[in-house]
Amino acid sequence: MDAILFYILAFFAVLGGLLMVGLKNPLSGAFALILSLCSLAGLFAMLHAEFVFILQILVYAGAIMVLIIFTIMLLNLKKEEIEEAPVGWMRLLLTATVCAAAAFGAIQIFGDVQPVTSQVPPEFGNMETVGRSMLSSFVYPFEVISLILLVAIVGVVLLAKKVI
Amino acid sequence: MDPIGIHHYLYLSAILFFIGAFGVLFRRNLLVILMSIELMLNAVNLSFIAFARHNGSTDGHVAAFFVMALAAAEAGIGLAILVMLFRNRTTVQADDLTLMRD
Amino acid sequence: MPGWLDYVIIGAKAAFIWAFALSLLPVLIWFERKGAAFIQDRAGPNRAAIYGVRLAGIVHNISDVVKLLMKEMMIPPHVNRIYFMIAPVLGFTFILSAFAVIPWADRFLVGGRDISMQVADLNAGILFILAITSLNVYGIVLAGWSSNNKFALMGGLRSTAQMISYEVPLGMALVGIFMVFGSAQLNEIVRGQGDLLFGFLPRWGVFVQPLGAILFIVAAFAESNRNPFDLPEGESEIVAGYHVEYSGMRFALFYMGEYAAIVLSSAMITTLFFGGWQIPYFPTEKIVAHSATWLKVMLAGGAIGSFVFAAVMLAWSKRIRGRFGDRREGEGMFLFTLNIVAGAAFTFFLVKVLGLAALPEWGARTVALVAQISTFAVKTLFWCWVFIWVRWSLPRFRYDQLMRLGWKSMIPLSFLNIAITAVVLLLLDRR
Repeated sequence: MDAILFYILAFFAVLGGLLMVGLKNPLSGAFALILSLCSLAGLFAMLHAEFVFILQILVYAGAIMVLIIFTIMLLNLKKEEIEEAPVGWMRLLLTATVCAAAAFGAIQIFGDVQPVTSQVPPEFGNMETVGRSMLSSFVYPFEVISLILLVAIVGVVLLAKKVI
Repeated sequence: MDPIGIHHYLYLSAILFFIGAFGVLFRRNLLVILMSIELMLNAVNLSFIAFARHNGSTDGHVAAFFVMALAAAEAGIGLAILVMLFRNRTTVQADDLTLMRD
Repeated sequence: MPGWLDYVIIGAKAAFIWAFALSLLPVLIWFERKGAAFIQDRAGPNRAAIYGVRLAGIVHNISDVVKLLMKEMMIPPHVNRIYFMIAPVLGFTFILSAFAVIPWADRFLVGGRDISMQVADLNAGILFILAITSLNVYGIVLAGWSSNNKFALMGGLRSTAQMISYEVPLGMALVGIFMVFGSAQLNEIVRGQGDLLFGFLPRWGVFVQPLGAILFIVAAFAESNRNPFDLPEGESEIVAGYHVEYSGMRFALFYMGEYAAIVLSSAMITTLFFGGWQIPYFPTEKIVAHSATWLKVMLAGGAIGSFVFAAVMLAWSKRIRGRFGDRREGEGMFLFTLNIVAGAAFTFFLVKVLGLAALPEWGARTVALVAQISTFAVKTLFWCWVFIWVRWSLPRFRYDQLMRLGWKSMIPLSFLNIAITAVVLLLLDRR
């Protein structure tokens, strides 16, 4: 049951990623990426990460992708503007092989390849446990992230405003 | 079919990460490059969550949360820069932005 | 391992909440038409009839559905076909799946089972609804873009910007609720609203979080794209916005999606700020303890209501006799008979239970369940009516006004609300 669900979700995640990279039109690519992100959200739910599952949909699919789609629609590119130079197939294949070999080698060497058998408590990964850990042992990174967000807001406003 | 273990998730994460990396390396449309970066961040999130499940600790979830916050900031700034570029140069192709070279 | 009965129960719960949401759609369309007519001082729809029965215009909905089903679903040659066909389905589907976490009654204890009256008791229930409603924008965006039309694109752009802007105060207004009730689980929040404040005021969200309630309601209006925030449609500016190219049942899906969003927003406002299924001063155990009295009062109310309605119908049928010259004159008599039958049935059951001192356990629980479901439905319907009331009373915002309201008033106010809530909770030492 779990295995079937995993393979279905993994298939859609990879398919969405491939379509995103492969499709010419950026808007089609954005929707393919949404498919991929939602499948990943499903995988998070399978991994008992309820809070991250909801955040994934809320933040990624619901906010970041909406922003990207908004920009794509705002620019409303013509067909000739989205044409790009073709990619050299040899280069692509070579890079793909090297990357794949490196990644799978790394997982084989460093990764623990035993199946997950450890049972987790039912409250694992819900809002309360994650929140507690976020505001106790990770409180400094949390503050730094808020500072980064503030800087990002100021930066975006500065960039977007014509006259300051 | 063997039960799904952490290595399945890690393989999936690696595949997604490299799909994203290819997008960054081989596409020239800045919008697609931005989206590919989002996919790479998500692949990293997947390994964080998988390791959190494996180790039975929620630290990985917190890390994933931070990655998401960073992704949001990155998307906001990236898109703002992109809109400004389009206003000034009317292109979103990375190859056409050669002002510093020419 | 869950048995087959658990699957049946979950299926029944899902069927119930979807039936609730979907059966409210025609009622809402009727509300909209009759409400608009009432506010504009005119009669509203009153012509469509089946064998003379009009039901004050509800029958008009049936003719509407037939019309929309019969119409051709046009696909203009210049659109992006696949996206054009997917778009209306998307919006409607997302809204319907968000109903899964709305609780409509207290837990139902029967036969050693503890059934929570909610399809999925998610730990972060509110966040789930927020996530799903934030996905809802894709249907509109896709429709606007795939129509390949300037007005439609403008509608899609406006809708995206509006949704992003108002999601922030919507989420921030909820933080106060999290702090006061100490949970993000919708059923827990509703249970927390059963107590009394100062001994007489129900501890509803609106009384402990007045500013949060106002912010949430305004943001919910903006999220469901209703007037005064209906700029994505804006008939007088961009024709009809994102659904300008749609016709037939695809157009109807957008329409139904909008009403489903109203039902969802009303259900959320009810659940978070107006006590959900809680009947003020009567927690579940109290109703169960006095279930026989409750049953008698409910049956007597039904009987009296039916008889009064029958009398009104009789008087009305006498008044309209000879005015239409067709079958519609018989409507009053038909409704009179119907109400007499209903009243007789209520009276029959009332006589049956009159001597009863106490109900069996399952009966008492069922009485409480029915009372709570009715309370929830009445509150939700009231908020649906408020949505319509506002639509026909207020003019539309201008776009810059909309953005200024969202970013410069509502977001700072929601931060203020969080700060005030934190200080008050700290002073009361109820962390």
